[in-house]
Amino acid sequence: MENWRKHPLVFWAFSLPPSFWLVFFFLVPLTLVWGYSFSEKRGIIGTELTFTLDNYLRALEPIYLEILWKSLGMAAAATAICLVVGYPVAFAIAFASERLKPWLLLLVILPFWINILIRTYALIAVFRTRGYANFAYEDLWNAANWVLNTVGLGQLQLIGERFEPMALLYNNAAVVAGIVYAFFPFMVLPLYANIEKLDRSFMEASLDLGAGHWRTFFSVVFPLTWHGALSGIVIVFIPALGAFFIPELLGGTDSQMIGNVIERQFKSANDWPFGAALSFLLMYATFFALALRALVAGRKGGGALDA
Amino acid sequence: MAGRLTSLLGFGRDEPIGPLDYGRRWWMRLIVGLTFVFLYAPIVVLIAYSFNDSRRNIVWVRFTTDWYVKAIHDQSLLVAFGNSLTIAIINTLLSTVLGTLTALLLWRFRFPLRPVYEGAIALPIVIPEICMGVAMMAFFAWIGWPNDLPWPISLSNIVIAHVAFSFPFVAVIIRARLAGFNRELEDAAKDLGATEWRTLLDIIVPYLKPALVAGALISFTLSLDDFVITFFTAGPDTITLPVKIFSMVRFSVTPEVNAASTVLVVITVVTTVLALRLQNAGQKAGSSG
Repeated sequence: MENWRKHPLVFWAFSLPPSFWLVFFFLVPLTLVWGYSFSEKRGIIGTELTFTLDNYLRALEPIYLEILWKSLGMAAAATAICLVVGYPVAFAIAFASERLKPWLLLLVILPFWINILIRTYALIAVFRTRGYANFAYEDLWNAANWVLNTVGLGQLQLIGERFEPMALLYNNAAVVAGIVYAFFPFMVLPLYANIEKLDRSFMEASLDLGAGHWRTFFSVVFPLTWHGALSGIVIVFIPALGAFFIPELLGGTDSQMIGNVIERQFKSANDWPFGAALSFLLMYATFFALALRALVAGRKGGGALDA
Repeated sequence: MAGRLTSLLGFGRDEPIGPLDYGRRWWMRLIVGLTFVFLYAPIVVLIAYSFNDSRRNIVWVRFTTDWYVKAIHDQSLLVAFGNSLTIAIINTLLSTVLGTLTALLLWRFRFPLRPVYEGAIALPIVIPEICMGVAMMAFFAWIGWPNDLPWPISLSNIVIAHVAFSFPFVAVIIRARLAGFNRELEDAAKDLGATEWRTLLDIIVPYLKPALVAGALISFTLSLDDFVITFFTAGPDTITLPVKIFSMVRFSVTPEVNAASTVLVVITVVTTVLALRLQNAGQKAGSSG
């Protein structure tokens, strides 16, 4: 690397266009919204910067506080599911044969490149009352019913008189499933990268010395790969917290997340300062998560772009 | 059949499963198998139903391409698709140039506040999309962006927003390729009298070519696929395909939505697979050369 003073003209030629774009079309808009978050609404569309904290305090009102907690809860639940399922999947890929590995990786990455909105829509056909999950459940129910009738227990109606489809859509569980569905690959990739780097003789030693697979996982594998887990948690949790069309399409009336409230403030409710404050609460959470990751994982060199 | 099934699940192999052969344990295969079913079944069903001759789409009736014909004759859908493509193409050109400049800048120069700059460049990648969406919406309202511009110009606010989030991705891809560049080539060119401009055009750009194409393709799909940020910046006359699909899903779910979605999925997946292949080919050539 050379000092920029050596070739100032080249330096400016490289740096001005992207910096211009970054500053005017990204940092200025963000700063504007940050300013709105300390502003007061004046009239129908006007705002005035009064350095008030009222918008943030309003987010602590019970109705919004409940939504904030619910968003955190649903994002955390989805992240936990991704982590618990992501580890075995990442393990299976890392320990697959060389021939199979690239294909398994491709299978995990491919959904990334399918529009999240379309994937969310695709879930509706699976979860709705007359959807695939319920069809499978109905088949199971009919089979169980047949078995019970055959062995003479049909009169007891152990599994109910008639088949009742499950209400899988338009509730919080559907939103969590939608978030898992959308962001699962984000979890698997960093986990895989870390498991792949892991020196396998540690695991062999642990197994040789009599530890079981669970013990080996918790005492050896996890402590050596949790950087990957932390990256995965951060990059699943942040977009999950900001989700807004997933609860909109899959959730019920009480599955609102922060994203839905933000969207309403900026569109139909037209209360930009409050929407800006909520949006910046998300930003603060993001910065906090990123700082935490940087702090815990230690600075291992390289910039933020290498993450 | 049963034998194949058991060997697929990892039971019936002759050689014993080694202690670290996690890929061959049946419970491992079960988890991975179920995960892939969960990931892919909904998409397969969605695509299959775009060819199903039934309006309610609950059971399979028969094969048809009617929904695609319907989609092609749906004027608003076509306009949205045209908008999406126009935005994606202009975005690709701009963000490839800006991303490449960013990568070159960070690769070559030491300058004050460099870590801050790196962090700021990564910001569009990491912040929640909705925050960026509302920021762009507020920004264009604040500068008084007119709503009644003639057609291609009317898309420019969406293009501006798309470039802002896609050029950092291009920068990441180009930087990865630049990391393997042999700087002596550049020095040799300059020793032999080449100007900065000549060196860039004749040495660096040819070396970057696979990454440039990969970056361009990625920024194309990022733009074509974006829903959240476009949702906040699009006006009533500048609807893109994902925004159109969203409004169709919200108001009336018909197999036409499946057909439109399938078209979008096929375009983005093909583009991405191409990009990944180019990037891999480039990395292999880079490491051996």
